[in-house]
Amino acid sequence: MTVQAYTLDDLVKRLDPQATEGASQQYFLNLGPQHPAAHGVLRVMLFLDGETVVRAIPVLGYIHRGIEKMGESLSTRQFIHLTDRLDYLSALMNNWAVARTVEKAAGIEVSPRAEWIRTIMAELQRLQSHLLWLGVLGMDLGAFTPFLWGFRDREELTYIFEETIGARLTMNYVLPGGVMSDIHPEFAARVKKYVAYIRPKIAEYEALLSGNVILEERLRNIGRLSAEDAVSIGATGPVLRASGVALDLRKASPYGAYDKLEFQVPVGTVGDSWDRYWVRFEEMRQSIAMIEQLLGGIPEGPHMSVKPAVKVKLPEGVHYGQLETARGILGVFIAAAGGSDVPYRIHLRSPTFNNLWSVTRLAPGWRIADLVAILTTLDLVIPDIER
Amino acid sequence: MEANELQEVVLAFASGAKVREKTDRPSLTVPAASLPDLLAKLKADERLSFDMLLDHTAVDWLERGVLELFYQLFSTRHGHTLTVSAEVPREEPVAPSVSGVHLIAEWQEREVYDMFGVLYEGHPDLRRLLLDDSWVGHPLRKDYRDDHMIERPK
Repeated sequence: MTVQAYTLDDLVKRLDPQATEGASQQYFLNLGPQHPAAHGVLRVMLFLDGETVVRAIPVLGYIHRGIEKMGESLSTRQFIHLTDRLDYLSALMNNWAVARTVEKAAGIEVSPRAEWIRTIMAELQRLQSHLLWLGVLGMDLGAFTPFLWGFRDREELTYIFEETIGARLTMNYVLPGGVMSDIHPEFAARVKKYVAYIRPKIAEYEALLSGNVILEERLRNIGRLSAEDAVSIGATGPVLRASGVALDLRKASPYGAYDKLEFQVPVGTVGDSWDRYWVRFEEMRQSIAMIEQLLGGIPEGPHMSVKPAVKVKLPEGVHYGQLETARGILGVFIAAAGGSDVPYRIHLRSPTFNNLWSVTRLAPGWRIADLVAILTTLDLVIPDIER
Repeated sequence: MEANELQEVVLAFASGAKVREKTDRPSLTVPAASLPDLLAKLKADERLSFDMLLDHTAVDWLERGVLELFYQLFSTRHGHTLTVSAEVPREEPVAPSVSGVHLIAEWQEREVYDMFGVLYEGHPDLRRLLLDDSWVGHPLRKDYRDDHMIERPK
């Protein structure tokens, strides 16, 4: 048997509306790659019947940068710089995922202080990421206020990061063995102040959005993803949990300081857009609770256990590590030939890759405006898919 | 289930399977032809219930002349993991598609086809995923070269 690969043009010809007799309302429409509702350079080719989606075909590759290929000629420590550019709203957690995999492979010990710093930074960033998502969700559904509020509150967090890390978006902070620099002396005080500020704000958002009839109409029962489909698609993070599967690596296989924290995993029931919205909302509350607990006990000790000049050599073999970013499970696959700090092959399993694919199951049967609601509750970051 | 025990149970119903050495997770190497059946069985078995294909990728072992396909399986019910690998020759890289077992394989296999040129038998929609349809070659192969590539100075 010969296997024949084909092209997008072939697919379009096969679905060509002219070929379908008596279906004069069927046509193609491109959503993106430059569209305000498409969250970055995502192009979705929609095969429509009137205004109803018959088939959604995501077309990728507009910002593919070949990060995995570059990783084959960079040491893992250099490679971490590139991981900031995957899901840029989870930059720290991407760094951490690679660092963890390398630490596990090379047997590097990490001090409790470094683990503590990583955990609190990750939770601050998860909160920041969800705040941005909330703002964009409002914008996508026609409400401008959440967008301004989300960015306003996110900005405060950005200042906190900047003070310790020196960068605002592509932080490149977590390295194998610890973190790049110790926390700023004012860090704990500032975070405490921020927690006191954001807690009532979350309640305010809830009053503004969750009780809003228009928002509810736009989200309830729209784009239901069954638990079975979600698992088969490999959806993770809030998308999977909204469908009723309580999988959160922070709970299931704790890393960092998560085993010392008390928190709950919000889980949805039917997996519609509303559940995805609600799960992220609750996660913000859980993150705040975790940050408060972490502020209680900062362990003393060094923030870094490996000297920067030391080459971190990877033993021969296949190494796999994963953790939970704001969007789901990020997996790091490293095949090492041995005796070198440059991996033979490095591959990243990004959460958005799988989450986006669920749109092919979710979109058919819904109107274009509903598709926008579905896309926004999937919380897509396109560079994460394209790598 | 403990890692050793898990490996034993899986070995029992994967004919022709061997333990893959030098991995940090329970791992097996199987003949490529047996992949769809095996993954379906692993998914259906009560004790194992590997219902999520977390990741699928390939490694180009240029010196040995093979592409090694890796499937990272995860059980949302039991929380355990398993790596299944299979080798296909570089010159004639054909493997059966597992998209009938796990929905996401359709996309993952398209990425591996795009980057390594592995052709999946029975795939419903085998097209490039990230690169343009007019692209020549498969960039993550170790011997890939094009006019825009510059040698890294030593």
